[in-house]
Amino acid sequence: MSIRLRVNPITCAAHGMCAELLPEVITLDQWGYPILASGPVPRPLASLAKRAAASCPTLALLIEETGHRQR
Amino acid sequence: MTVSFSGPGLWYATRATGLVSLLLLTATVLLGVLTAGRFATPRWPRFLTVGLHRNVSLLAVVFLILHVGTTVLDSYTSIQLSAAFIPFISGYKRVWVGLGAVALDLLIALIVTSVGRMRLGHRAWRLVHWCGYACWPVAVAHAVGAGTDAHRSWAAVMTIGCLALVAAAAAWRVLQRWPERRVLRLAVMAAAAAAVPAVLGAGGIGW
Amino acid sequence: MVSRQLLPVPAIPPGQPALRRLPRLLAGLRYDRPASLADHERCHGPIPLHRPGRPARPARLIEVVERSGLTGRGGAGFPTGRKMRSVASRRGPAVVIANGAEGEPASGKDRLLLTRLPHLVLDGISLAAQAVGAREAHLVVHRQDGWLRDRLQAAADARYEAGTDPVPIQVTGIPGRYVSSEQTAVAAFLGGGPGKPAFTPPRLDERGLRGRPTLENNVETLAHLALIARYGDGWFRSIGLPSATGSALVTVGGTVGRPGIYEIELGTRIGDVLMLAGGPTEQPQAVLVGGYFGGWMPAEHAWKLPLSQPTLRAAGGAMGAGILIALPVTSCGLAETARVVRYLAEETAGQCGPCVFGLPALADALADLAYHGGRGRALEQIGRLLPVIEGRGACRHPDGATQLVRSALRTFAEDARRHDLRGACYGLRREPLLPVPGDDERDWDWT
Repeated sequence: MSIRLRVNPITCAAHGMCAELLPEVITLDQWGYPILASGPVPRPLASLAKRAAASCPTLALLIEETGHRQR
Repeated sequence: MTVSFSGPGLWYATRATGLVSLLLLTATVLLGVLTAGRFATPRWPRFLTVGLHRNVSLLAVVFLILHVGTTVLDSYTSIQLSAAFIPFISGYKRVWVGLGAVALDLLIALIVTSVGRMRLGHRAWRLVHWCGYACWPVAVAHAVGAGTDAHRSWAAVMTIGCLALVAAAAAWRVLQRWPERRVLRLAVMAAAAAAVPAVLGAGGIGW
Repeated sequence: MVSRQLLPVPAIPPGQPALRRLPRLLAGLRYDRPASLADHERCHGPIPLHRPGRPARPARLIEVVERSGLTGRGGAGFPTGRKMRSVASRRGPAVVIANGAEGEPASGKDRLLLTRLPHLVLDGISLAAQAVGAREAHLVVHRQDGWLRDRLQAAADARYEAGTDPVPIQVTGIPGRYVSSEQTAVAAFLGGGPGKPAFTPPRLDERGLRGRPTLENNVETLAHLALIARYGDGWFRSIGLPSATGSALVTVGGTVGRPGIYEIELGTRIGDVLMLAGGPTEQPQAVLVGGYFGGWMPAEHAWKLPLSQPTLRAAGGAMGAGILIALPVTSCGLAETARVVRYLAEETAGQCGPCVFGLPALADALADLAYHGGRGRALEQIGRLLPVIEGRGACRHPDGATQLVRSALRTFAEDARRHDLRGACYGLRREPLLPVPGDDERDWDWT
């Protein structure tokens, strides 16, 4: 079961904390907003991804566990 | 179980842990202001500020547990455990100890909501955190009013130092938020300068 | 300006299906006054709702709609039956919202329905409400049209009092902002907040207005539903394409003889639709298909293309809200696009960084290209901005703008190269063709 990252662009305020913690997956555009690499997060980075989501000051970075996603 | 300790050992521990707690809380507030102000340098990333803010606040809790524990166990002053959480019920220095209880309650609220932040949602967490700003000034007032060493010169210097640092950080933050207003700058600096003697004056009643 | 061959004016062959089996929605259209409830019932019969005492199977309508192949006519083209099925399957009472707030400046079909054939829409709302088990029904229009709101509310109240509708329909005026007519923005405004789009998931059919499962449809979709409930899915499917059934309303504008709203069979070629609207009055250069959420196509290419969501998607475009605008060779497509993108940039909800910052930057780069000349760099700047803007907003507003720009760069590629190197062209002498509301017509408030 892998995890995917999503950004809620409305609550995102371009703090950039996520890109500091997870630069392999998240880069910032010219205005400071996150660009996520597509696809699931590589397994060794999963715990860092969870830490990045917890450290977002506006809780805009969301973790989706693809095993449990409803649709 | 009644444990009765005589001798000044616990009393020294209370004072010492109280002072350290105050320093740690001051550091927590400063780190919190830096977090909100998005402070970062090439060698000091944002997650360092946030991580320290969290860890220092938890360390402050540890020292507060010791502070409260030693106070309650000390038989010299009869402060019961409930007085640490319910304000203004202690017999000894009712108001000043009560303020300590207020600060402690606020800190508990801050820690609990921050630990459960992801489940709580951003808006509820932010509301509690904003109210929690009151924690530090109340703690300072408690230190100045109830602290045994408050009248000593080194303690006064330390307290003024903490006040000055927080006032400076607050001023930095306010000016960063509204950079264009010159009148605002002057008003903020005047307020910061006035805040220091104001808090000390309030605590001076306790001296 | 690159000259193009004068297009031959095709004769509409006899027995052309589009002209024989229509009108459907517009069958009851009167030109002297709006169709009253009596006019409506005379034309189509009474509303086929299930009444108490009769064997009630409201869910049957959902099956019929699913079989009919009706898709949303608001722009997204989602299968209506599937949406109804999803809302009906959720627990708790549902809500029905009819979206009549036509945000696209170039579109007029929803307004036509609401002013001239309101009972088709009101029927559709009632039928949908009964089918999905809703006890709350809303119809929204732009609040600048206060007189329309009042008139529709009066009609809805009269129907409810006469027992025609089982659920009272509340007509509300929403802010006139472009994004306020986005479906989650409508639900947000009705829920008491500002009319700004929300982050999905959860989708409206799961948790919409006040947390309840919400069915939101364009008013034209509901009008079709009102007729499908009467005449059945076989009737609906008898015209159109297998992948795009039924008829649709299109707004035709630009340099055509009779700009206006026409009902066509889906799958009619764009050229035939333009001929229906009087044909091009000037040599056409390109056609804007789908409005500001659609895209430009060169006229020769568009002429033969069947108008339907799947065929347009396959050709790299979109049907949008059924808008066709013919651009003559004497106009500058890039200048028109620059003007529209500037409008779209001013109409962001202000919630998402990439849209708030990206669209104005895109508008600036397009203005450079169209009006001042890009000094050879504007195209590159636009190329860098487009991937950073698309897909990064909470709603499809930035995507609509980037899709429009991409189609403009494809369709007017030669012009774009010349503009980038040499600057503006003679097309600027001409009055702008694409409608953009003036400042005094705009609603600047969100709440």
